[in-house]
Amino acid sequence: MRLNRIGYLIREGFRSIATHGFMSFASVTIIMACLIIMGSVSLLTINIDAGIKSLEDQNEVVAFVDETYSEEQARALEPAIAAVDNVSTVEFVDRVTAMDNFMSSYDKSLMEGIDETVFRHRFVIQLTDISLMAQTKAALESVEGIMKVNAHLDYAKSFVTVRNVVSVIALALIAILTFISVFIMTNTIKLATFNRREEIAIMKMVGANNSFIRLPFVVEGLVLGILGGGLGFLAELGIYHLVTGRVVGGITGSFINVVPLSTVAMPMFVAFMGIGILVGVFGGVNAIRNYLKV
Amino acid sequence: MVQMKDVKVVYRSSDIVALDGVSLNIDEGEFVFLVGPSGSGKTTIMKLITGELRADDGEITVNDYDMRRIKRRKLPKMRRSLGVVFQDYRLIENMNVYDNVAFAMRVVGASNREIRRRVPYVLELVGLDGREKRLPKELSGGEQQRVAIARALANNPRMIVADEPTGNLDPVRSLELMLLFEKINEMGTTILVVTHEKELVNAFAKRVITIDNGRVISDGMDGYYSYEIE
Repeated sequence: MRLNRIGYLIREGFRSIATHGFMSFASVTIIMACLIIMGSVSLLTINIDAGIKSLEDQNEVVAFVDETYSEEQARALEPAIAAVDNVSTVEFVDRVTAMDNFMSSYDKSLMEGIDETVFRHRFVIQLTDISLMAQTKAALESVEGIMKVNAHLDYAKSFVTVRNVVSVIALALIAILTFISVFIMTNTIKLATFNRREEIAIMKMVGANNSFIRLPFVVEGLVLGILGGGLGFLAELGIYHLVTGRVVGGITGSFINVVPLSTVAMPMFVAFMGIGILVGVFGGVNAIRNYLKV
Repeated sequence: MVQMKDVKVVYRSSDIVALDGVSLNIDEGEFVFLVGPSGSGKTTIMKLITGELRADDGEITVNDYDMRRIKRRKLPKMRRSLGVVFQDYRLIENMNVYDNVAFAMRVVGASNREIRRRVPYVLELVGLDGREKRLPKELSGGEQQRVAIARALANNPRMIVADEPTGNLDPVRSLELMLLFEKINEMGTTILVVTHEKELVNAFAKRVITIDNGRVISDGMDGYYSYEIE
């Protein structure tokens, strides 16, 4: 295809957007709306997932040191514990600190006469993946000098179950929403091109080949997709900023840790633009497919 | 130019036999009227010639293309050897006169230089010079049909096929249009006009092919419209 012809077809794509102003506006709006709905569900899922992850991180494992070990001997175990697979952080708590922590939680008068020798030196351990808690517990118990490991295996299981359920629901929801959005978007574009079936028929009759007819629609779909994706992204950013900054912050204070905007912005931009462009181009090409068969 | 031999077309959806063994030849440089009542098969013949429809049986050749076996991707090239004119003009509403005509040339990959040279020429030929910037809706029916003819002529086709081109025009405009077709024919382009306007056909001493019930019932060079229509 000659360059001046490609230039002409690209100009035709832009001209067509301007000429069919209302339908172009409708296509961009629908792409935007669908992306915002999909984006909001995805962001909600990401935040729920991050929330669960943060709760998981608070689910600590405590490894008690042999009571015959001195503090120095106990501290010397730290590298061996840190070397165990799936251990994320290790914090040594000596028996005095352990007693103070314990006492602060109860009425001191009930604890009279108890001294620190009742308590053992211990390590407070956080895990990388709590679904592997049972294996990690066994590995910690096998470390020389560790007498006992307390791990809430039932909590860990619950968290893993909740995470899996949330992931499955979110994936299903996103898949359904994607399907519905693509359906709505392609139909809007189809409606926009329905008005132009006569134009396509004329093109066919004067001898236009399919690529000549298709290219302006591809350009048009591309531009509408970029516009819909870009505007949808900006709107989603605004909504996220508003919801995370004011609503969540205002109502629940620091209870919920929201994923920062800077973390989600780039992946969200790529996803919005990608989906917008794909839907725009495929919608445009798919919409005229039937008219090209003449 | 156009050769049909024992062509049969059956519309599967309704089992209607649209053409039942039609044979005809149209030679280079001829001016032919194709006449017949509504539903006789005229439009089916048009569609066979333009490649919108495929025959179920028989042989059909248009501008050396075997229309029963032509590949879909070859159709655009075949159509460029034809100029097609419709009753309802079929102009692109949001393009002005110049662009409607230039469009047909852009489709075939003509350079801007060729377009700038050819479009004014064909617009002058059909009597529309000075109306280049007008939109179709700003023109009369006769003028719109002239734009359609200019578009059909843009790529210098070997043949122009016109389906009821005067159907929406008054008798004076119809006559003017036929005179234009005659002028184009004299310049060497083959013309096939589908019509059922008896007076118009009889005003020109041209070949007339009459079709009824999917069959050719007369084919005469005396220019007489022999079939009586209600």
